[in-house]
Amino acid sequence: MHTLVDAHGQASRSALNDPKWVRVTLTSIAVGFIVLFLCAPLVLVLYQAFSKGLDAYIHALSDPDALAAVRLTLLVAVATVPLNTVFGIAAAWAITRFDFRGKSLLTTLIDLPFSVSPVISGLIFVLMFGAQGWFGEWLLAHDTKVIFATPGIILATIFITFPFVARELIPLMQEMGFEEEEAALSLGASGWKTFFLVTLPNIKWALLYGVLLCNARAMGEFGAVSVVSGHIRGLTNTLPLHIEVSYNEYDVIGAFASASILAGLAIVTLILKSFLEWKQGKG
Amino acid sequence: MSILLSNISKNFGQFAALHNVNLEIPEGELVALLGPSGCGKTTLLRIIAGLEAPDEGQVLLNGEDKTAEHVSHRGIGFVFQHYALFRHMTVFDNVAFGLRVKPKKERPSEAVIAKKVQSLLELVQLGWLADRFPDQLSGGQRQRIALARALAVEPNVLLLDEPFGALDASVRKDLRQWLRNLHQELHVTSIFVTHDQEEAMEVASQVVVLNQGQIEQQGAPAEIYDHPANAFVSKFIGQTNILNLEQNDMAWLVSAGISADNRHGAVAHIRPHNIDLEKASMSSDSPILLKDWQHLGATIRIELFNSQVKGGNSSLFAEMPNERFKQLNLNRGDKVVVNIKQAHWFN
Repeated sequence: MHTLVDAHGQASRSALNDPKWVRVTLTSIAVGFIVLFLCAPLVLVLYQAFSKGLDAYIHALSDPDALAAVRLTLLVAVATVPLNTVFGIAAAWAITRFDFRGKSLLTTLIDLPFSVSPVISGLIFVLMFGAQGWFGEWLLAHDTKVIFATPGIILATIFITFPFVARELIPLMQEMGFEEEEAALSLGASGWKTFFLVTLPNIKWALLYGVLLCNARAMGEFGAVSVVSGHIRGLTNTLPLHIEVSYNEYDVIGAFASASILAGLAIVTLILKSFLEWKQGKG
Repeated sequence: MSILLSNISKNFGQFAALHNVNLEIPEGELVALLGPSGCGKTTLLRIIAGLEAPDEGQVLLNGEDKTAEHVSHRGIGFVFQHYALFRHMTVFDNVAFGLRVKPKKERPSEAVIAKKVQSLLELVQLGWLADRFPDQLSGGQRQRIALARALAVEPNVLLLDEPFGALDASVRKDLRQWLRNLHQELHVTSIFVTHDQEEAMEVASQVVVLNQGQIEQQGAPAEIYDHPANAFVSKFIGQTNILNLEQNDMAWLVSAGISADNRHGAVAHIRPHNIDLEKASMSSDSPILLKDWQHLGATIRIELFNSQVKGGNSSLFAEMPNERFKQLNLNRGDKVVVNIKQAHWFN
């Protein structure tokens, strides 16, 4: 490809320099969309959250139900993200390093949570662990509650978020090959040392990136969690559920104050994501 | 350390990469595993290293059966085709890696490691690159760092996979000589894989020719060149003219004074430098003409044409030193008489 680099270090292809009005129109459409559909709602969330002043905002967030929702959301993330990190590394390792029957099936199945509607994902767990479900009687006999309780929420969230880490790692590890790992083994390193000293440093940015996305989704998941949670205030409401409940009860400040926390999480995630992409690009 | 491979077989699915390979390599040799691509040479090297397990057969190092021993315990040094340097570590850390991952009891102190790494970097003449990262090095430098890294753990056997494959022609030439000198200095039993017969002949003290998963011949370079065991080796090592007597190439031999009676096989392989020429007198009935010639530097390659050969190989290539060619004072289209000094016969 013939590219020229101008004084600002930007590649410009003269054949792609369309007339000014085309460029202006396309750019305005893109910017307009972002402002209308991304920035405006964000501003609105913050505007509504603070519409009755800072005191009302703080008061809404220190409501016991809101605090319980924050705690539950954090608990779900803390339980889900490490498990899916381990799972993601194991899956990526197996798919890129071993040959086995059903490998392409496994690769496809990893994407399943992305292609299934979250409501269905939630229903699967109700069907399995609910009172009328497969394991319902057994769970009842052992006095354990999964559905309409924290374990169910964690299970549903694990299911929804398990592709993130694996999908980040698989292409990278495929591209890297395994010569460096073989080299480490031939130099006398054990399998664990090879992983921690050679593999992990090479995949760390992609891994963090996957963990970050996994975390954002774990905290923000609504559909699947909504099905298994039962919406018990102060007990099984995560932040997204708490927002819905508050809004339905015309508690606008409460809903938007909680929403501002999730919006803040999204912004932090975006900033970290750009940083990790920049790090990864640097090698 | 001596290496003994007995009855090694390896299949990848339906494909038989190696079939019943037996090979003995005495201590201190510098051996080339030579063969066309896909002949199984890299697989054989990886089996010796323990990076690949054979389906059948045994790998003995110094008489000890190491077939089931993991690569990390075999005491081998492996240099990968694309070097496989740890990209997130400096050159220094790369070379120190093998020492730092030793179990606590055997691990030398950081000061000892630093000293050792520095001396290895001096050995490969790259002491000034210790703080660089692999992607800041040229191909030849990476190759030498990979070698230093493999040598750091004092391996009993050094294995190199296509060590010069990814390098420029000029760098390759230098590194070949350098590797040969290094081996003479260290005397560690070394095996390298190559598909380049010239490289094998130039560097190795022993050449093992592989084809389709089997060993065709093993011997010193001169022995393999002068006494090829079969048609494959003869064709693969160096230039050769192939005359198939069942396809009317007999006229060449008759013209060269070899009659149908003293043939020793169905196919004759004749090295270009084993063909000598004389200028024929104008009245001679020799059917052979000098068709063309090319300068190859110190030697001249001459293309000969035989008007009596029909349907077979009507061209034959001869090579001789420049001096000799000047003496003969030949021009294009001159009649010549051919004298074949040596031929290898195969069936």
